[in-house]
Amino acid sequence: MIFDTTTAIILAMLIPLAAMAGNMAFKNMPNLRDGFTFLCAVLTFGAVLVVLANEGNSVTSEFSLIEVFPGIDIAFNVEPLGLMFAIIASGLWIITHIYGVGYMRGNDEKHHARFFACFAIAISSVMGIAFSSNMFTLFLFYEILTVSTYPLVAHKGTPDAVKGARTYLAILIGTSIALQLTAVIWTYALAGTLDFTQGGILVGKVAGWVVPVLLGLYAFGIGKAALMPFHKWLPAAMVAPTPVSALLHAVAVVKAGVFTMLKVGIYIFGIDFLAETGASEWLMWLAAYSIIAASVVAMTQDNLKKRLAYSTVSQLSYITLGMALATSMGALGGGMHIAMHAMGKITLFMCAGAIYVAYHKTEISQMQGLGRVMPITFGAFLIGSLSIIGLPPLGGSWPKFLLMLGAADTGHLIIIGVLMASSLLNVAYLLPIVGRGFFRPLDDGAPTKRYEGPVLVWLPPALTALGCFVLFFYGGALQSFLLPIIGQ
Amino acid sequence: MAGTVSPHDAKTLIEQLPILQVLVPFCTAPLIVLIGNRHMAWLLAFVASVISLVISYVLLTQVYGGGFISYQLGGWAPPLGIEYRVDAANALVMLLISAIATLTLPFAYESVKDEIKAKDHTLFYACFMLCYTGLMGVVITGDAFNVFVFLEISSLSTYVLVAQGAGRDKRALTAAYDYLIMGTIGATFFVIGIGFLFMSTGTLNMADLADRIANEGTNRTIRAGFAFIIVGMGLKAAMYPLHLWLPKAYTFAPSAVTVLLSATSTKMAIYVLLRFLFSVYNPEFIFELNVMFLVFMPLALIAMFSASFVAVFQVNFKRMLAYSSIAQIGYMLLGIAMFNLSGLTGTMVHMFNHGITKAVLFMGVGALVLRTGSSFYNNLNGLGRVMPLTVAPIVIGGLSLIGVPGTAGFVSKWMLVQAAFENGWWFIAILIVLSSLLAVVYVWRAIEVLYLSEPAQGTKMAEAPMSMLIPMWILAIACIWFGVATDLPLGAASTAAEVLLSGSFGMVE
Amino acid sequence: MDWDFIAGHVNYWMFIVLMMTGLYIVVSSGNLVKKIVGLNIFQVAVFMLYISIGKITGGTAPIFPSNSKGYLEIDPSIVYSNPLPHVLILTAIVVGVATTSLGLALIIRIREEFDTVESDDLVKIEQQLTSADNKEHGDAMGGMA
Repeated sequence: MIFDTTTAIILAMLIPLAAMAGNMAFKNMPNLRDGFTFLCAVLTFGAVLVVLANEGNSVTSEFSLIEVFPGIDIAFNVEPLGLMFAIIASGLWIITHIYGVGYMRGNDEKHHARFFACFAIAISSVMGIAFSSNMFTLFLFYEILTVSTYPLVAHKGTPDAVKGARTYLAILIGTSIALQLTAVIWTYALAGTLDFTQGGILVGKVAGWVVPVLLGLYAFGIGKAALMPFHKWLPAAMVAPTPVSALLHAVAVVKAGVFTMLKVGIYIFGIDFLAETGASEWLMWLAAYSIIAASVVAMTQDNLKKRLAYSTVSQLSYITLGMALATSMGALGGGMHIAMHAMGKITLFMCAGAIYVAYHKTEISQMQGLGRVMPITFGAFLIGSLSIIGLPPLGGSWPKFLLMLGAADTGHLIIIGVLMASSLLNVAYLLPIVGRGFFRPLDDGAPTKRYEGPVLVWLPPALTALGCFVLFFYGGALQSFLLPIIGQ
Repeated sequence: MAGTVSPHDAKTLIEQLPILQVLVPFCTAPLIVLIGNRHMAWLLAFVASVISLVISYVLLTQVYGGGFISYQLGGWAPPLGIEYRVDAANALVMLLISAIATLTLPFAYESVKDEIKAKDHTLFYACFMLCYTGLMGVVITGDAFNVFVFLEISSLSTYVLVAQGAGRDKRALTAAYDYLIMGTIGATFFVIGIGFLFMSTGTLNMADLADRIANEGTNRTIRAGFAFIIVGMGLKAAMYPLHLWLPKAYTFAPSAVTVLLSATSTKMAIYVLLRFLFSVYNPEFIFELNVMFLVFMPLALIAMFSASFVAVFQVNFKRMLAYSSIAQIGYMLLGIAMFNLSGLTGTMVHMFNHGITKAVLFMGVGALVLRTGSSFYNNLNGLGRVMPLTVAPIVIGGLSLIGVPGTAGFVSKWMLVQAAFENGWWFIAILIVLSSLLAVVYVWRAIEVLYLSEPAQGTKMAEAPMSMLIPMWILAIACIWFGVATDLPLGAASTAAEVLLSGSFGMVE
Repeated sequence: MDWDFIAGHVNYWMFIVLMMTGLYIVVSSGNLVKKIVGLNIFQVAVFMLYISIGKITGGTAPIFPSNSKGYLEIDPSIVYSNPLPHVLILTAIVVGVATTSLGLALIIRIREEFDTVESDDLVKIEQQLTSADNKEHGDAMGGMA
């Protein structure tokens, strides 16, 4: 192959940093700057694809960059879940970058260079999270991700933005330092290692009350997974420009959270260990509650982005639920949901941004009839919604199916009920938006000429909507790709 | 190379390094006064500190893996003669002090020009060198009374340096006066403690003292001496509740002095505390007294929370950092109180890491003061956008102060939390992380002011001069470097902790 | 505690009384100069402690006589006092003098700037300055202070 895997992983982390440097260097040359970032995004994606071509879905041994503490290295390896996450994040970076350029220019936002530079650091740290081979490395990049996205959330600099960013930072840094760091060091004190190992590293090292408590420290400490009651940062972060919400708060940041959650469940505790001790049972109920409660809150939101944010809170809990079910099917379902939800939700967010760029509408109650003037956007929105709801032939149907299988395995029929109820709630809060757009008449005096905004703004969501279709047909392939994470 | 050196038999310059470490700055100070030119003064001071930095590094490489160098002053063998003794613990502290001094001097060049009258510059640098001599002497000496002498050399020059801030704010004078009173009481307490030790054992050499205390048992006099030494050094180290001199002194001292003090002076005191706790008195003695659990731990915890809490509500950036220093000293004391290898390693490494972290932060404030003439938050609005190169190191230092992973501050916090878990004190572990949340609050307030507030109308501020930017960036990069490549501080710190916990002076095994 | 014990430790009683007197003056006196004097008494107490412990009962000054050829003539039957504490205290006295002079110099500067050497007045002036700072800079922070 062109590069060996090690080089490719390092490149995947370094190229975004090059993009950052480029943004700073070409601060005042917008076309060169954005073109260079686009090139970097493509190259990053290429590097991740090289890893895929080299390793497939095998689990490689780690390579260490540097030893930080005795026995704890900054080290990376490839395993299917992380590789999938890296592919999604880097692939969607290309699309979001195109969209971001359109959005930022179409909307006359300021400080483009700073914006895209921070964006690039965030992507770099996501790559670090995806390929990290131990909990320490993961935690390191997790925190870098938090800090580097803070300027993005506060980007507008208005009092609202500052306040939102403060909430964002307070919850994410607060939970990760107070709870997650404690959990990580505690794990190290108990197990003597932090390496992600199939079957977990805590088996036989702990018993009794420590297991659920430690799991609790992780579950709440991974604030990015937006498990209730630590979900407030997600709606607060919606003050950010839409490309940030789209990539970071539908894909990179939140998915980094649930990805960490899955990693902890699968490789730190071990699915079988969790099942044996029953330590995750409470987490399962909490996730189920989170799913329903966030959906209900979503219904009450009139601000489109806020509604989508609460929808994300609810959907993220699917993945936590998958881990907490402590069965193979649950873990697989959770893993697949990372991909499927990412594709669906980014579509929805980009559509929301497109509506804002074209008509400066943020509230759902103002959107009647807009589907008539921007049919592509609303069409994409419909497809994204259906994928989130979980209807075939869209990608979102697979993980729900697997999660239900997992719930059936463990005999938790109520969880099946929760999942079904959640789908109905999804219908109730997503489809009316589309319905309002297509079937209500336009406001009096509103322009009736078809206008979708600049091409860079409506094309990307159309592409990702198409992706939702494609993923449905590759659902089986994705499932078998992920099989190694459950030891098969 | 480890072993005993008598100056008369020494063949190479390397063997003479321990005494040169003190002599170089000590001779520079009068030379500066004699030459009497303020540019030459700066140059001489800088050259001396560079030489001293090289010496520190060479010494550290010699004792990095364990062992010690004993240098007999004037060829008089200890315990009668004065001995300089270098082991991993003090070599690390010396490296920190000399590195900070070497970086502070270029920074001081512009800052001192701005904040102090030109006619005082020569004397300023002479005092700076004397203070530096004192710090080095305290750290390197193996003689208990010699510690007091060097301590007073550094303290007296520090009072003068703090008072130099009077050009900007007259409260520097009262700050220096208060510091003088408190510092002298502390030093006198310390010397009473030494006197008690001398009464019981008849020796002043630390290794000899350790030997006698360990082998001949303790009595009430020795225990009383212990209390005096702890209180005396606690005052110097700004150990809660003996910290009252610190906020004022740090706030009103000239920027360059604050950098030096915050990064080195309290660290030196903590080092002496460690040396006496573990090397002179032995771990068993302390364990029996239970002083760690009953005194150090509660005081450390109170310092961590109360000082951080006060820091949150400051309107002056510099003062905020001063309170944060008290809290961070709490971490170091907590590491001592853990009384295990990880805890002591944590303390040693936090001394180093917090030293560089606070240095970059205070330098950052100093640079802002140079440009805006104020360190109050409301005069610093939006400067992050106006002078990005100057403010970015402050952000990095701030992150390290919080202990964000990938920065130096994280390494020490990790060690401390790990130590707490090793002791089974999970409650303490939680308190440590909770108190770092307070650090998030006070650091982020500063960052919001610097980046998210609108700069005042028509603010056209130049970046800080190169002579400031370079040391700031070196320290900022060091904050990140030592958060990832932890070999040097962590390796030396764990050797030092082993040395200390073994109870003997400089000997592992 | 009999009389012999009390009388036998007279140097310590002196030390404690002097030390406490000195400390009390430092703490209680409002005048900066008096504080320095207190500090001096406090330090002198310590000097006394050191010097008194060097004394050995029946000991004489540790000076060795030399004969006409310049060789030392040491009589092993003579008991000498320990000279080391005296030497140490010589250093400590120097330190004490330096501290005192520095303290007095600071007081002169303080009087020039604040026009008082009473700590009560100084505290008042400083409080005014601090609250003025807080008012000026705290209000501008939007009451966040």
